[in-house]
Amino acid sequence: MSASIPKVQIVPGTSPDESCATFRIHDESHTIGNALRWMLMKNPNVEFCGYSVPHPSENFIHVRIQMYNDLSSLDALVTALDDLDAVCTTIGDTYTKSLQSGKYERWEEQS
Amino acid sequence: MTEVDQRRLVGIKAERVTNISSTDYPGHYPNEDHSWNLEKFTKNLKVDVQRLSNRSIDFDLVGVDASIANAFRRIMIAEVPTVAIEHVYVWNNTTVIQDEVLAQRIGLIPLNVDPAPMEMRTPGNDAPTDRNTIVFHIKLECTHNPKPRPGATEPEDLYINSEFLSSHLVWRPEGEQPAMFGENPPAPTNPNIVLAKLRPGQEIEIDMHAIKGVGKDHAKFSPVATASYRLLPHIKILKPIPPPLAEKFQRCFAPGVIKVDPRTKQVSVDPHGVRNDTVSREVLRHPEFEGHVELSRVRDFFMFNVESESAYSPQRLLPEAIAVMRQKIVEIKAGVELLRNPGGESDVVMGNT
Repeated sequence: MSASIPKVQIVPGTSPDESCATFRIHDESHTIGNALRWMLMKNPNVEFCGYSVPHPSENFIHVRIQMYNDLSSLDALVTALDDLDAVCTTIGDTYTKSLQSGKYERWEEQS
Repeated sequence: MTEVDQRRLVGIKAERVTNISSTDYPGHYPNEDHSWNLEKFTKNLKVDVQRLSNRSIDFDLVGVDASIANAFRRIMIAEVPTVAIEHVYVWNNTTVIQDEVLAQRIGLIPLNVDPAPMEMRTPGNDAPTDRNTIVFHIKLECTHNPKPRPGATEPEDLYINSEFLSSHLVWRPEGEQPAMFGENPPAPTNPNIVLAKLRPGQEIEIDMHAIKGVGKDHAKFSPVATASYRLLPHIKILKPIPPPLAEKFQRCFAPGVIKVDPRTKQVSVDPHGVRNDTVSREVLRHPEFEGHVELSRVRDFFMFNVESESAYSPQRLLPEAIAVMRQKIVEIKAGVELLRNPGGESDVVMGNT
């Protein structure tokens, strides 16, 4: 495992107190990039947040986070990931409840 | 027509769309707090299954941002694992279909194998075992039918085995697989897929290995015929429609969207029928309706349609996609924690657990 690329790296060019950073996340695409960007923007301490896919042939994304008041961008990233997880569980639970309530049309579809 | 907050609507005009991006971020509107609040989100979230069949599901996802809905759509298409034939070992193929063409067609056959108990082959661990591979075999030869019906001209009457169908695939159980699969032996979901057509003297003998993979790698591993969503249309009638034009107005929209009272010729929008509107903007083409109607879509009301083409039943696909998304979040979080304490062991025992 030590020879493999780390999942998350910080791209050089960060401020020394980690209030601004660009994270390179490997093996991810717009799927998680856009969702993470949206959740980071919901954080009132985030001054700037954007994501990009530098080249479609290379399978990683860059997430740029800039914070107000010299707060840590790493903390913001972890908070956003936790909140995204909460979103996923909430959607899963609500869907399961709707499925179990059975209040929908059932029909036979021909192959 | 139920009143929808103007901020939730994407305006649709004849030649342009307006108000496209969501603006509910902290700091966008002064004195309003749009920061992340799980309780508010849970209160506004609605997930309602509308229709369910044996092959597809229609459900509404209301109150989420487009990025989340799109993430689930992308995951359903490309990252929910399935089992499909990957390695095709051809011992004998004297048909007119080339080996590689036949192998590509065989790879696309959907199998009814539940991917959950199967292991995925990793780059360091890709020897075929009974936990990560399913073996199929086919041996077929086409011969003349010794006693055809008099006057028969169709290949199925004149020859035996004139078509190589997906039903001809024979599962070869290995190791512990008979116990694992029990009453549901691995087989193609559809037995009637024609893979090749044969004539007398042509033979096929092929071994096939099926493995677990994701749609990102090859489209044959995609569990859905497709997964898509559209936004709920919203029609607002600003000025009453003159009764002589009521029928014409109704015809500008899909059937069932506009209700015309048979006696008073009053035009109203059917709240349940509006979801069937195709938003063709036909009404914006007619000068007599100018200024009478406003078309838009509700930005956070996603009507998903997911068609399953794999071993998953359609209602299982969203939970599987949610599980894949949560797994991604776990992996990224582990990577970020490594950045926080570099060199530290990730499973250090903290205090008294």
